[in-house]
Amino acid sequence: MNWVIENLPLIGQRALEHLALSVPPIILSFIISVPIGWLANRYRWSRGVLLTVLGLLYAIPSLPLFVILPVVLGTGIRDSVNVIVALTLYGIALMVRTTADALGSVSSDVTQSATAMGFSPWTRFWRVDLPLAGPVLLAGIRVVAVSTVSLVTVGAVLGIKSLGLLFTDGLQRNIVAEVAAGMVATIALALLIDFGLVLLGRLLMPWTRAVSTRRARRVQPIDEAVTA
Amino acid sequence: MNLLVDALAWIFDPSHQTGANGIPTRLAQHLAISLLVLVVASAIAIPVGYLIGHTGKGRTFAVSLTGGFRSLPTLGLLIILALALGIGLEAPLIALIVLAVPPILAGAYSGFEAVDRRTVDAARAVGMTEWQIVSKVEVPLGLPLLIGGLRSGTLQIIATATLADYVGAGGLGHFIFVGQKTNDYPQMLAGSLLVIALALLSEGIFALLQKLVVPRGVVANQNTDVRTSSPRRVAVVGSPTEERK
Repeated sequence: MNWVIENLPLIGQRALEHLALSVPPIILSFIISVPIGWLANRYRWSRGVLLTVLGLLYAIPSLPLFVILPVVLGTGIRDSVNVIVALTLYGIALMVRTTADALGSVSSDVTQSATAMGFSPWTRFWRVDLPLAGPVLLAGIRVVAVSTVSLVTVGAVLGIKSLGLLFTDGLQRNIVAEVAAGMVATIALALLIDFGLVLLGRLLMPWTRAVSTRRARRVQPIDEAVTA
Repeated sequence: MNLLVDALAWIFDPSHQTGANGIPTRLAQHLAISLLVLVVASAIAIPVGYLIGHTGKGRTFAVSLTGGFRSLPTLGLLIILALALGIGLEAPLIALIVLAVPPILAGAYSGFEAVDRRTVDAARAVGMTEWQIVSKVEVPLGLPLLIGGLRSGTLQIIATATLADYVGAGGLGHFIFVGQKTNDYPQMLAGSLLVIALALLSEGIFALLQKLVVPRGVVANQNTDVRTSSPRRVAVVGSPTEERK
């Protein structure tokens, strides 16, 4: 415990570095996944091809991906760009499938009504499909957020600065409190980001709180899973 | 791209094919650790998952366990166990088992849960005992999802076994860490390529297995075109690989 109190500034600094590496991949993977997810939902062939490729991408373990990406990107192994790209790829792999399913689960009655009322495909997507897919998208991005925060720590074995450095440093100096502090801080950071996303979801989708729709109820088990 | 050529040259270099630090030895270590962990984790997770799936009790516990573990940093768990138990094989084995149980558990109980309750009631109505319902109805019908759980569990094991050498457990991760210490990037790259190949291989085998274990009766009745069967699909969150049937 003493170690934690004496090193609070260090933990704070590592947490900020951790945040700087986890937030961009979460935002990027969401933005990139929406068009890809739309494409995956639109055609049968694209669904199969995209989901297979992304499934294989997700199968690549994180440490090897951190090592290999510099060859493709021309970056250094400890560059933040390297880490952010790797984590964005994982985020996309998780998120595209959720986006495709979320868009696919929008009732065709609703989309047809929207078309009948004169919505162009473009405005229909933004004003009907996307908002209705919102709750599932939120559940998906929460999973991405939590796993991203946890994955950032792996980079520590290569010297990438994050809360993970508390693990490697704790091992070398044999300080259990340091490793424990790192774990607690990582989980706390994940919960903090998760909470922020829930808050953002309530702000952007006020209707999900008012009436418990069938779709909102369907994502509930996952809500429990992530916050627990 | 020259670096990739160097890495491939490193892999096929005859001097890296033999000895205690050769690729076959490290690969065998990696496989041995992974298989052992997979067997132990399955022995724990499958019975518990089946119990939860059959009785419907403890579902909330299982869901929160599988979700909660997502936020647990694997490296931290590995290191804290290594500090507690000492450098060697014990800590990584325990850490890997702890990490592999949740996805397998999820596969086991969701497999049972995916079985249509009317099918279970019908089985009971024709006079099957509870044991027969489990072994003849729920297990075969839930098998694809169980294999899905084993698939993500195995992936998790192979990935984390790479980190295991950080606490001295050997395996393919050894090349990555030695390469890092000696500034030998081709060796790091070679180690990474080997791990990726192993992960993709396991992914392929499980994908094939998942297709093979679907009972024939189910395949015959399966509507392959989701668009004509129902306008809505159930959203899957948090898994890019498991295709729901």
